Amino acid sequence: MAALATHLSIKEIWSWLEDVPDPEIPVISVVELGIVRDVSLDGAAIVVTVTPTYSGCPATAVIAMDIEQAIRKHGIDEVRIETQLSPAWTTDWITESAREKLNAYGIAPPEKGAACAGALRTRTRIKCPLCGSANTECISQFGSTPCKAHYRCKDCLEPFDYFKSF
Amino acid sequence: MADNPTVEFALRMGDNCLVLGQNVSAWCGHAPVLEEDIALANVALDLIGQTRMWLGLAGELEGKGRSADDLAFLRDVREFRNCLLVEQPNSDFGQTLMRQFLFDAWHHPMLKMLSGAADARVAEIAEKSVKEAAYHLDRSTDLIIRLGDGSDESHHRMQGALDRLWRYSGELMAADAIDEAVVGPGLGDIEAQYKDYTSKVFGEATLTIPEAAFMQKGGKVGLHTEALGHMLADMQFLQRSYPGAQW
Repeated sequence: MAALATHLSIKEIWSWLEDVPDPEIPVISVVELGIVRDVSLDGAAIVVTVTPTYSGCPATAVIAMDIEQAIRKHGIDEVRIETQLSPAWTTDWITESAREKLNAYGIAPPEKGAACAGALRTRTRIKCPLCGSANTECISQFGSTPCKAHYRCKDCLEPFDYFKSF
Repeated sequence: MADNPTVEFALRMGDNCLVLGQNVSAWCGHAPVLEEDIALANVALDLIGQTRMWLGLAGELEGKGRSADDLAFLRDVREFRNCLLVEQPNSDFGQTLMRQFLFDAWHHPMLKMLSGAADARVAEIAEKSVKEAAYHLDRSTDLIIRLGDGSDESHHRMQGALDRLWRYSGELMAADAIDEAVVGPGLGDIEAQYKDYTSKVFGEATLTIPEAAFMQKGGKVGLHTEALGHMLADMQFLQRSYPGAQW
């Protein structure tokens, strides 16, 4: 079975990973999230290089397990997950398709190039994913998961999550 | 351990994150408002994540086969290298917040500088952590100003917290040969930035920095206050009583 890997194309493995959902936000895949940095072959083994979103994110271990399982499901025995810290993950790597899916799911997608630089204390206007209004306010930069901030729409009055720029 | 300054330096960075992260996590379920409960838990989680990277590096470079968990749970108080500030007890929300601000205002510029460190492994941990520290500093700055320049009660508590904790801020910047070996020149810049930033924020928060405060130090070389032993007794209990326990 292990020999199978050598006949595979890297492209095919990437397509398998596109079916692996983010465990916290299942509407987008780990590939769309931008955390799969590389797929390569090392002899008969498939090596997937993953970068963590936040250093303490509890989903990291689950993601590694899900990726391994997704590859094993195709009959590959040798899978190795490697962690790469640099360059550090940024929400700018989240694909366009994923941004649309996030919005439809009720999570405002991250603004590009707006990562917090420390002590800015300025808030970008984030569009409400429910009614589309830009008349919103930040309640807290920290939300239900490390990657989300907590916002409120001042027009439709609904609270919502913002996938914060990072 | 002194053979390799990076080991000692990684222990300092990691122990700062571990001790602060453990203390902050004790607020989970007890914060004054829900949003703060979530924020405190998130900050603690980031710090524990950073701990894993720093102590993982320290253990690996040390070469004695100790993992990040071994270093966190099986060292005694004198072997910890965190600064005294982070081990100060949670006390009230004002003291917790002041401790966080005094730490964040150093941590963020320090990590920024370390992102360009000569040792690539130090640099990549810093590059990852600095993005999280930016959000921590953003939050603690905001709250220091809002509570300092808030009601009489909140102002009084924040000033009390600053009077009590300021004496522990000097140790963050007190560089020795180990810091210099890993960080290189530029440590003086961090001190200048720290003074500039904290005095600006405290000015806006209508808080007064205590004059001529004696700066306490010792944590970096393992001489701690009473509080750390109590915290470790709680944090390490399981691994001490049931060595190797896992779930």
